[in-house]
Amino acid sequence: MDKLLVSPSPHLHAKTSTTSLMRDVVIAMLPAVAVSVLFYGWSELLILGVSVASCVLLEYLITKYLLKRPCTVGDWSAAVTGVLLALNLPATTPWWVVLIGAIVAIGVAKMTFGGIGQNLFNPAIAGRVFLLISFPTYMTDWTRPQGFIGNGLDAMTGATPLGMVKEGGISAVADLDYLDMLFHNIGGSAGELSALAILAGFVYLLVRRVIKPYITLSILATVAIFSGIFWAVNPAEYTDPLFNLLTGGLLLGSVFMATDYVTSPMSNLGGVIFGVGIGVLTMLIRYFGAYPEGVSFAILIMNSTVPLINKWCHSRKYGRA
Amino acid sequence: MTGGTEMGKFQLITKGLIKENPTFVLLLGMCPTLATTTSAINGMSMGLATMFVLVLSNMAISLIAPYVPDKVRIPSYIVVIATFVTVLELVMKAYVPDVYETLGLFIPLIVVNCIVLGRAEAFANKNNVIDSALDGLGIGLGFTVSLTVLGLVREILGNLSIFDWKFAGSDGILAFVLAPGAFLALGYLIVIFRKLTSKKAE
Repeated sequence: MDKLLVSPSPHLHAKTSTTSLMRDVVIAMLPAVAVSVLFYGWSELLILGVSVASCVLLEYLITKYLLKRPCTVGDWSAAVTGVLLALNLPATTPWWVVLIGAIVAIGVAKMTFGGIGQNLFNPAIAGRVFLLISFPTYMTDWTRPQGFIGNGLDAMTGATPLGMVKEGGISAVADLDYLDMLFHNIGGSAGELSALAILAGFVYLLVRRVIKPYITLSILATVAIFSGIFWAVNPAEYTDPLFNLLTGGLLLGSVFMATDYVTSPMSNLGGVIFGVGIGVLTMLIRYFGAYPEGVSFAILIMNSTVPLINKWCHSRKYGRA
Repeated sequence: MTGGTEMGKFQLITKGLIKENPTFVLLLGMCPTLATTTSAINGMSMGLATMFVLVLSNMAISLIAPYVPDKVRIPSYIVVIATFVTVLELVMKAYVPDVYETLGLFIPLIVVNCIVLGRAEAFANKNNVIDSALDGLGIGLGFTVSLTVLGLVREILGNLSIFDWKFAGSDGILAFVLAPGAFLALGYLIVIFRKLTSKKAE
């Protein structure tokens, strides 16, 4: 080593790498994955398998044969996208729909923009939204297949709580139990099953310092305040804050998808602006939009504003005004 | 006057297909391109309608160009183009009412199609009638072929059919018939087109 390396400070080196961060995200998703497999059974395992396998395989094929670049599968990011995509789909989604979702997520939303670090939109969300507008029948079929822990029935169908509100007004969800939502019992996409499992993942990510809490908390706070105001004014028309926090993909989206490094702002202030935007858009879509749920649309729309937010909230150089 | 040789006349037509393809290279006329290509037949009708206006307005403009004062040339060209669009609109309404219904607003909008005005400005007002007609024909053909291909791709993926003939019973990927699919399909077609033409150049 006769070379003298000269580089500007800081010289501290953290041991974190893309791989270790992504592995932590996978670990954080395990509780939600476990709950969804327990309650949805083999069909959920199949979706998870198809989703992860096709995301990883596609990234491998595209980097190797289309882009002819070093393969980036080893950094686990494709696997994270695969798990997230699976958690974002109903447990009854046919395997080929999952495959199309993976193609859009990895092929269109990620690799077209240049792979990890350069994608404007969160791949899993892009895949989900594409499927939602392409296959509305599959994507809103909330049949609940028999899981490993079940209720003794072969299958149960039912709308999601948010869907019920859209269809039948607030009285349709009058007898829903919030404790059920907290643990396992709401209809919806696989990963929306248990709020507690997602919160466990959130705590793990915070403890491991994989994510900062600003984005997630500002989304949740905005949703709570926004719905709180409407609920206080007219509780007969609008759903209450707790209902809005626990239903739909809000927790899943705000913990695992809005916090994606690549597609969220870099600074803390930017993160708060980003989160408030997602919260407001989500509630606008839920209360006034055509779709019952708006978290994925809200995240996609705010993803597109991230370059602007970054430009506006960049950190000032020390010593300059 | 930059009239060409015999070889040049042929190139006037072919350049619109590849080198100056209005959709994939010049990226002109994006509004009808994205909006009307929900199926191959719709795309082709829009392309042919534009080609009709393009050829006739190019010819008329190359004839009147020497007599139009420079300051008012754009309004004059628009009046000429609008005349032919009105002719086209009435003809289509009379003979192909179905197509007219489907394309709807986008027929009158050919007046402000930047390809038409672009060719008038860039070519027809400097060249003779025959060259201008051939130029309109070439660019029009390029536009028609591009729109048909784009419509075909969107139709195959979105509706599982080819020129309205369904090859599979189920529904396709609905997004490709909707607006997002237009952008996606166009983007990837441009990539493929660039890839193919750059290979040819090597």
